[in-house]
Amino acid sequence: MDESIIKIDSVRFYWSKKSNFKIFVPNLEIKKGEKVLLLGESGSGKTTLLSLMCGFLNPLSGNISINGNTINQLSSKTRDEYRADNIGIIFQQFNLLPYANVVDNVLLPLYFSKVRSNNVSNKKEKVIELFKQLRLPDDIAQFRASSLSMGQQQRVAVARALIGNPSLIIADEPTSSLDADAQKIFLNLMFEQISENNSTLLMVSHDKSLSNQFDRLIDINEILIREDKSCY
Amino acid sequence: MLLKLSFSSLYARLVTVGMTILAISVSLMLYMSVEKLRTSAYTSFTDTISQTDLIVGARASSVQLLLYSVFRIGNATNNITWESYLDLVSKEEVDWTVPISLGDSHKGFRVMGTNKEFFSRYKYRGSQSVSIDKGYLFEDLYDVVLGAGVAEKLGYKIGTSLVVSHGLQSFSDHDDQPFRVSGILKKTGTPVDNTVIVSLAAIEAIHVDWSTGAKIPGQLTPIDEIREMDLTPKNITAALVGVKSKLTIFQLQRWINEYPEEAMTAILPGAALQELWRVVGVIENLLLGISVVVIFTTLVGMAAIMFSSLSERRREMAIWRAMGASPFTVIGLLMLEAIFISILSITFSVVLLFCVLNLLQPWIDYNYGILVNIEMLAIKDMYVFAVFIIASITVSLLPAIRAYWFSINDGMTIKL
Repeated sequence: MDESIIKIDSVRFYWSKKSNFKIFVPNLEIKKGEKVLLLGESGSGKTTLLSLMCGFLNPLSGNISINGNTINQLSSKTRDEYRADNIGIIFQQFNLLPYANVVDNVLLPLYFSKVRSNNVSNKKEKVIELFKQLRLPDDIAQFRASSLSMGQQQRVAVARALIGNPSLIIADEPTSSLDADAQKIFLNLMFEQISENNSTLLMVSHDKSLSNQFDRLIDINEILIREDKSCY
Repeated sequence: MLLKLSFSSLYARLVTVGMTILAISVSLMLYMSVEKLRTSAYTSFTDTISQTDLIVGARASSVQLLLYSVFRIGNATNNITWESYLDLVSKEEVDWTVPISLGDSHKGFRVMGTNKEFFSRYKYRGSQSVSIDKGYLFEDLYDVVLGAGVAEKLGYKIGTSLVVSHGLQSFSDHDDQPFRVSGILKKTGTPVDNTVIVSLAAIEAIHVDWSTGAKIPGQLTPIDEIREMDLTPKNITAALVGVKSKLTIFQLQRWINEYPEEAMTAILPGAALQELWRVVGVIENLLLGISVVVIFTTLVGMAAIMFSSLSERRREMAIWRAMGASPFTVIGLLMLEAIFISILSITFSVVLLFCVLNLLQPWIDYNYGILVNIEMLAIKDMYVFAVFIIASITVSLLPAIRAYWFSINDGMTIKL
């Protein structure tokens, strides 16, 4: 049985023919249950790599497998469904729907994924449970996302990514705006939940000080080669 | 849940969406108003005269006869003799007739000689007849009844004295025989409003001392003597005719057109009005053109507003996509929004239209003689609404496709 959750094999990508940003990832494998920190400075291609892994972008060549499925070979519709079923995403800016209340924000992924929806028998109870685990007050449920503090938004974003137990959580620099203490608290809370769900975490950051809290550290410069277009 | 969130999103953009709906509603209302005005102008025009079966005058084209006898525009080519008129009256098919004598004027308003039957026989807008607002119909030889427009524009009241001028642009007045306003008619929205009405005998009376269009020098018959004279007209300009049976209209028309003693023409008012409307129909086409431009502008405006609000929603679209929404869901949501905005705009525009019509109907009727009907929406309006919704969906496709590309390119990063 293949124990890897992410497998990248000879992936090449560039945004447009005129673009100077061209990347090649010869090989990358992340095992199930791992907590991996992907390190790299701004503009190094971290977010592009995450977009490829999530299936937002399609590589020019090579393959990306998530949970054993080569997602770049799936149709656009199937890829969207696959992403909804398997990947929970935490954005750098959290990106909650500002006009929706907290519960609706958390439940949003379940609408697009039958698999994740079936994993949750009582949705409201599950939301309350997640709130408790993430130390969010009970009465926050009906608040509009726009009325929450930064820290609360962060935790709601984690709850949204975790609901329905997706096998992979991808987080794009969620701690970038936090001080060291708040980072630690936030990461501990996230790790607790991810361990409880048996999910895999791939978190992107440019902050090396976080590395000791993860199972594995990947430096983007070691796995990603920036190429000139003439190479293709 | 998706719908609930879509509505929450709309609600969160209340000001933008509200302004969009208001802009579209006003445009749609403008379109419907122009359409209402167009159809009402046509209806009011063709309803200028009704329940009159034939209009008879000297040989002329149907439009010309209609113009001078009903609209008081232009001059008659000739008169018809009183004998010919009496021949017509004696026809078995004829139920009623109203003689009309035109030619003189008062301060730019046409003077029409007729008899009292005119007030009961002349109908407009179906079965409405002219009626007295103030005073009474002419009792005395020198009594005059004014259309509402004449009284209002000249500021005349009951008892005001007035002098009739000879012809339309003559410098000669019948100042030796002044008239007195005995009655003022209610507003009709027809050319009657701008007509000075006297009796046929009065027309004869003021021309006693006149010959071939000029005053006979040195001749001034005393009024008392004139009153004693036989003032039966020698000629009239036209006659309105009602028949006993509609089946005999064409038979009577043929008889008149082939009348051997005098060259006369009988026209069917309805057909002549249609013919005349085709001549002046350029106004209708202009209004139709305005309607099309208004609706086109509305759709372009809607597309522009959707485009501008797209950047506002770019982050939202990227979140939906990240959560697993397909590009088609994103496009569908934008189209759904366009449909919702269209339906709300249509509803609001109808409410606005009825408010505006209720407010302006009396004013339009009074000032322009156009009775704008305030009635339930017709099937045609529903078709227009359906076409508008379809067009809205079509114009929303472009911003929706743009949103689709944004959502693909944004990926994990929302470039805002």
